Amino acid sequence: MKFLKDAGHLFRFAGLFVLAFLIFLVVRGYVVPKTFGEYGHYRGATIVEIAARPVKYAGHQVCENCHTDVVAAKNLGQHAHVNCEACHGPLANHANDPASVTPALPDTAVLCARCHTASAAKPKNFSQVDPADHSGGVPCQTCHNPHNPTPGADPATGAMPPAATAGTHAAPDPKTAGGAK
Amino acid sequence: MTGVEGYMYPNEITLYWSVLIVLYPYITGLVAGAFILASLERVFRVEAVKPTYRLALLTALAFLIDAPLPLQLHLGHPERSPEMYFTPHATSAMAMFGYVYLWYLMAVLVFEIWLDYRREIVVRSQQTKGLLRLIYKIMTLGSSNISPRSLHIDEKVGWVVTLVGIPSAFLLHGYVGFIFGSIKANPWWSSPLMPVVFIFSAMVSGVAAVLLLYMALTGLRKHTIDMRCVDTIAMYMFYIFIIDFSLEMLDLIHRVYEADESFRSLDFMVHTKLYFSQIVIQIFIGTLVPLVLLFITQVWKHALNDIVRKRIYVLCGSLILISVFAMRWNVVIGGQLFSKSFLGYTTYKLELATREGLLAAIGLTILPFLFLWVLIKLLPPWSDESAQAVASQTRRVAVVPGD
Repeated sequence: MKFLKDAGHLFRFAGLFVLAFLIFLVVRGYVVPKTFGEYGHYRGATIVEIAARPVKYAGHQVCENCHTDVVAAKNLGQHAHVNCEACHGPLANHANDPASVTPALPDTAVLCARCHTASAAKPKNFSQVDPADHSGGVPCQTCHNPHNPTPGADPATGAMPPAATAGTHAAPDPKTAGGAK
Repeated sequence: MTGVEGYMYPNEITLYWSVLIVLYPYITGLVAGAFILASLERVFRVEAVKPTYRLALLTALAFLIDAPLPLQLHLGHPERSPEMYFTPHATSAMAMFGYVYLWYLMAVLVFEIWLDYRREIVVRSQQTKGLLRLIYKIMTLGSSNISPRSLHIDEKVGWVVTLVGIPSAFLLHGYVGFIFGSIKANPWWSSPLMPVVFIFSAMVSGVAAVLLLYMALTGLRKHTIDMRCVDTIAMYMFYIFIIDFSLEMLDLIHRVYEADESFRSLDFMVHTKLYFSQIVIQIFIGTLVPLVLLFITQVWKHALNDIVRKRIYVLCGSLILISVFAMRWNVVIGGQLFSKSFLGYTTYKLELATREGLLAAIGLTILPFLFLWVLIKLLPPWSDESAQAVASQTRRVAVVPGD
């Protein structure tokens, strides 16, 4: 008993630890979401919440059902595998009700530069330009069809010139066509 | 792009770990080093360093309180940092480090200081008035038992805590080195030697910091510096520094001999972008010069008078602190300057008055000294003041028996 009396202050310090730990547990009980750890190291309820969100993207297959002319133009150029909504944004509402929901056309002077602005980290065979130098702010679609930006293709329809379609496609001039700078 | 030479991946151009991340291992290292110095007296019974024992503990605590602040300032959402404690991931070194930090702060440092100061705390809780009295009362945790037997128990428990504290200090700073050493994608960091190098550089910087603080504070108090004490600290500082330097050289020689695919790129970086901070500051001015000077004080100790030795110790301590800071800089900043393609380099521009700029770093370096000032005011580490307080209490008890 004498020892317990003389070591009493140590128990008080230990009590402080226990108290701090209890407070930690109580606070943890409040701040950690109930479903945390249900499936992994995240809040389990997020799966249901995310699943309940409305679908915003239609998917390129849906777009291609109607816009066959665009599919034809895309297939002629380098953008063949770029999905529609990568440039046009989410279009589920338009796909559900094409008559009343008309999506706005993107500003090509801004949009194209997102991918085609020159950077040392991009592969050399990827078309890249200094937009200010290359077009001086003129929208890219003035010269390039966005669906088939191949130099020489018709800017309005994306159709290739007769010579190119006949199999005599001239190699694009990198200086004028936006080759690596 | 400004400051980029050759080829950098886009996510390598800007440095995300700034000077604050340099400061963090530096400050943590000072904590570990100061504690190791305190343990010399407590566990290894090196009586000569006794005048610095309490100062070393308070220094460790002041810097430990400051240690997480650079990280908090670096975080985009500091309010989320407690989540590391609430929902820790076992595979996250940083999350586990949070617990190591708390363990070291509460179970080692605060507990040891409390045990060591308990008698003075109780005495001061009875002698002081007003707010101070309340603070001391709270610090007693409601126990005013300072019987010889309870103080004896404190002594024994304190010894055990210090014993536990030594591996804890190694764990604390080894962890900081581990965080860098385990990043296998970065050849500048990825080395199993990193935690060991961090521990020894931490020890030498902490010892140097306490040595300088002891000399400065003793001078300010117009007391005489205990030459036996500073000579002994300098001796330990010299030995630890030799081990630290040998380990760093071992790491360097190993890299040169191994010469893996990263070597040419890293070698170029050391000879260009890191030349001044690594070769000139860290190795030459910060390591070789103090090693030679400390060697002289060890070999010709009796040929040098006290004033010369004191000046050498101040110079060496200051150079060591600069050297260890440069080492942290070269590790943290150096590891982000080269491209993982080994084909290019970027530049770190230290900003001035931003959240992670120079002024913030200076503020966070000064802050622990303010903490230390408060701690010294509350818990004076000087044996003469403690003895005075206890003696006056004894006199009071003798005059008014049963008070």
